[in-house]
Amino acid sequence: MNNQNILGYQPQDSFIHRINASAKLFFFLVVSIACMTTFDTRFLLFVALFSVALFKTAHLKWQQVSFIVKFIIFFSLLNLIAVFIFQPTYGAQLYHSKDVLLSAGYFTVTAQELFYLANVALKYFCTVPLALLFLLTTDPSSFASSLNKIGISYKISYAVALALRYIPDIQTAYWNISAAQQARGNELSKKASLMTRLKGMVNIIVPLIFSSLERINTISTAMQLRRFGSKKKRTWYTQQPFTKTDFCVVALAICLFLTTLYLFKLNHGRFYNPFN
Amino acid sequence: MKKELSVKSVVAIGIGSAIFVILGRFASIPTGIPNTSIETTYPFLALFAAIFGPLVGLATGLIGHTLKDFISYGSPWWSWVLCSGLIGFLFGLIGKKLRIEEGIFNKENIIFFNFFQIIANFFTWSLVAPTLDILVYSEPSNKVFLQGIISSVSNSLAVGILGTLLLKAYANSRVKKGSLHKD
Repeated sequence: MNNQNILGYQPQDSFIHRINASAKLFFFLVVSIACMTTFDTRFLLFVALFSVALFKTAHLKWQQVSFIVKFIIFFSLLNLIAVFIFQPTYGAQLYHSKDVLLSAGYFTVTAQELFYLANVALKYFCTVPLALLFLLTTDPSSFASSLNKIGISYKISYAVALALRYIPDIQTAYWNISAAQQARGNELSKKASLMTRLKGMVNIIVPLIFSSLERINTISTAMQLRRFGSKKKRTWYTQQPFTKTDFCVVALAICLFLTTLYLFKLNHGRFYNPFN
Repeated sequence: MKKELSVKSVVAIGIGSAIFVILGRFASIPTGIPNTSIETTYPFLALFAAIFGPLVGLATGLIGHTLKDFISYGSPWWSWVLCSGLIGFLFGLIGKKLRIEEGIFNKENIIFFNFFQIIANFFTWSLVAPTLDILVYSEPSNKVFLQGIISSVSNSLAVGILGTLLLKAYANSRVKKGSLHKD
């Protein structure tokens, strides 16, 4: 039930799959941050094309991502429309000029507003393919070790690994409890009133939390017996040494990031202004 | 506050984040108003942070929200992820003053909890979240503030109703102090 809509690791053999998880994570984070901060259209356009091209090389099947891509397109459109409706003059404010394309009172369309919206849309094309790519080509257990490698404490990394490990289990528990409660007459569908549905939800969440508290006790006892957390460092079973390609990936990420800093100086701010 | 996380906290963060993901994915209750649903993740976070403390609340909010966004949309909305962490931390601070571990959650506690959870929700979603949205994503301010106010109201309602019920249920399951009597 609803399982097909969850994204996860797809084991395969491609260029992207073979890159070290730490290098991939570093690239993804640095480039996402770069794309988040800059509004330079030229840079965004380049990264967008680059990440779509990368996506192609991973040989992922369209069915694996089609649902999520449609979903994201729908929501980003909704967001763009909301941005426009709330402040159609925002673009003109940002770029300090106003070229009216379509005059319609409050909803006057200016070239600047369209340009701003296009930039916002481009940002999705920059980060979403990268994020999907990272998620679909990285083994969860090497994900944890890569978090540790980029400087996050191993306890937090291990917590993330635990979360990824237990999501399917908790999901099964959730549906089991839900089915059991429905068999006992717990109504959760739209037919029931809001208050009944809320109470129904409590009937699912409470057992879920209690069974999870027991799970936490069991797991932490097991980990304590194996002396987890007694040393400052730990090794990871899935950790792999960096290869030449991995260093190239890291270098490329740093280059892209430095470019945004340079553009920041060049544009005197976050925005590239073609209207001056 | 201990600097080192205990093993139990590490496990709690992991499992808590997993529950956060599942609840966020499957257990939102539509209210009938389009695009607004009652989130069950924040009431859960309130209870979880009350049991395990502010640090676990912070990390569970951060990791849970990041993973949830990753798994369902492919890319996290970072400004709101930070706010989920913040609200987890605040819930933990509020929870510290409660005595649910001892099985006590009376009327006074309910009023105390709700008073502060509403402040925490409005502070996080109407003030911090929109500010971050403007700083990070440079979106028009009236859009993000309206969004913020809507989510403050719906989250305070969700935590007020569901969170209170959850805390009550948890407190009832604890053994009350001094409940053993000599015959």
